[in-house]
Amino acid sequence: MRDHRSLGWWLAFLGLFHGAILLAGFLAPYHFAEQHREFPFAPPARIHFWDQDGHFHLRPHICGLEPDLAAGAYREDRSRAYPLHFFLPVKPGDAAGLLPLDRRLFGVEAPGVIFLLGSDGYGRDEFSRVLYGGQVSLLTGLAASFLSLGLGLVLGLAAGFWGGWADQILMRTGELFLALPWLYLLLAARAFLPLNIDPVQAFLLLVAIIGTVGWVRPARLIRGVVLSGRERGFVLAARGFGASGGYLVRRHILPMTFSVVLTQATVLIPQYILAEVTLSFLGLGIAEPVPSWGNMLAEARQYHILASHVWMLAPGLATLPILLAYLRVADRLQQNATP
Amino acid sequence: MKYAAGRLLHAVFLLFGVSILSFLFSAMAPGDYFSELRLDPRVSPETIAGLRAQYGLERPLPVRYAAWLTSAAKGDFGYSLAYHGPVGPLLRERMRGTLLLTVTATLLAWLLAIPVGIWNAAGRGTWRDSAASLTLSVLLSVPDLLLALGFLMFAVETRWFPIGGMRSPGWESLGAAERVRDVAWHMALPVALLAMGMLPVLIRHVRASMVEVMDSPFALNARAHGIPRARLFYRHLLPAALNPLISLFGFSLGTLLSASLLIEVVMGWPGLGPLFLEAIMARDFALVLAVVMMSATFLVTGNLVADLLLYRADPRIRVR
Repeated sequence: MRDHRSLGWWLAFLGLFHGAILLAGFLAPYHFAEQHREFPFAPPARIHFWDQDGHFHLRPHICGLEPDLAAGAYREDRSRAYPLHFFLPVKPGDAAGLLPLDRRLFGVEAPGVIFLLGSDGYGRDEFSRVLYGGQVSLLTGLAASFLSLGLGLVLGLAAGFWGGWADQILMRTGELFLALPWLYLLLAARAFLPLNIDPVQAFLLLVAIIGTVGWVRPARLIRGVVLSGRERGFVLAARGFGASGGYLVRRHILPMTFSVVLTQATVLIPQYILAEVTLSFLGLGIAEPVPSWGNMLAEARQYHILASHVWMLAPGLATLPILLAYLRVADRLQQNATP
Repeated sequence: MKYAAGRLLHAVFLLFGVSILSFLFSAMAPGDYFSELRLDPRVSPETIAGLRAQYGLERPLPVRYAAWLTSAAKGDFGYSLAYHGPVGPLLRERMRGTLLLTVTATLLAWLLAIPVGIWNAAGRGTWRDSAASLTLSVLLSVPDLLLALGFLMFAVETRWFPIGGMRSPGWESLGAAERVRDVAWHMALPVALLAMGMLPVLIRHVRASMVEVMDSPFALNARAHGIPRARLFYRHLLPAALNPLISLFGFSLGTLLSASLLIEVVMGWPGLGPLFLEAIMARDFALVLAVVMMSATFLVTGNLVADLLLYRADPRIRVR
């Protein structure tokens, strides 16, 4: 009983997280490529409710930043206050992402800048980039697992239901795929494909590689379900009544595979999100200026940057809650499947 | 014996299949090492065609595969265009680096995982067990990449550990004990990282297989005979729970070459991972192929070893 409730909580959390990422165009104060060259590596903004005279304001404000060259950091200039404004119209041409909207949740007036999670080396807002980058990373994970499960379903059904030589070929081919460590297989597949391509092509390529490389495990599991399901009493009965193969698959076998497909989805999606992050981190995925969690983390790879600008790890930390949530959901689903 | 021979034959066939498939893919790949040269206006197309002919890239595919196979049999694995030399020596040097890291970490992880897993299984259902399970699932969801970056930051901040590389400058002039200590000091963080990545999976499996045998009648019987707890767990229950762990151990062996790729890249360890990445970037397909083949060989061998160990450990398999 308690398990069901916590499953619900984790699912709700996942929904919220995906929703927030989908609404990047609304939640992010800046376009992902907008540069503020005068503020490289600005620290996360501090939001003030009290002004420098100690008066309370309901509308929070942030203060101007002064580069402090001696310390190599920034100093807050409390005399320049920029109040936060809400539901600002988006500048024309600035709408981007999966859901380009014409309003932003918040922002500040022009000379002021608001970097909730700091800025990167080009003075781009890390918070906006984490949101937009999440769209790339999550979408890659979702699309690739969709592809993998689709392939696995078709091939697993074919192998399990019709058997014979189709089964033999598929299982032997699957062994070839499993003979390589997952990350090496991914990198090898990437190695033999063109390197310098534009972000859209790169995205499609990543989905195709990650999705096709991972078909074996779901296909094997689905084949197993089909093999046992084919011999179930009611399936044999339907066959005895003269039902065609197509009807049996559609009406009886396919519904049996649903729980496996669902559990596999919760296992594959986080794995594939990580695959995208890894490939982009290694410079083999989505390229700048389009952000993804992976290529944003690549900037933190230079340790002198990482040491003094901890907020550059934000995209990596963003993966944590989502991976944890998927893991918990997958755990729960597997527990429910095997009481 | 017949079983072992069959498994061995299967493994060899599998590796042949992998080699043929990856060779085909590398041949079909758009662009190669020379396609970068083509962008250079000073290099004429004739020169490139000449170079391609010189390196034998224009020969028919089966001929090239046969040539590659003979070269692989000699231990050369073809000619690396980016490093201007046979791949073999290059590969062996980097493999030593990777294996030093992964063997240490794997040993460490297993030595820790078995007692901790058993300890968790023994305290099943208590707060200690649920706390451990929560910690493990949090640890499991931390990507290696993030953990590695965190460790890197730790090393930079504290300056307790060296950043990158395997040896300090001037390593050659040190005495034997000093040399070992220096390498160990460089290894500490990458090994800790790797072991931390392996631990949650291992502990979970040890715990799960122990819990399974704890419920069996013979365990209850042994307990009723008053066998002390430590002896009960390590001498009676652990051998019975070993089967899934042997498979997992085979998998551990199989990933010895590949588990540390990301960590090597982030921590700057001179292993196979950075070499593989450079080969991909330079489109040096001979090197890519060799790395792919080596990692496949390790994985297949690991599975083979697990199968053979299982065969020895469990008489039930022999009957089948």
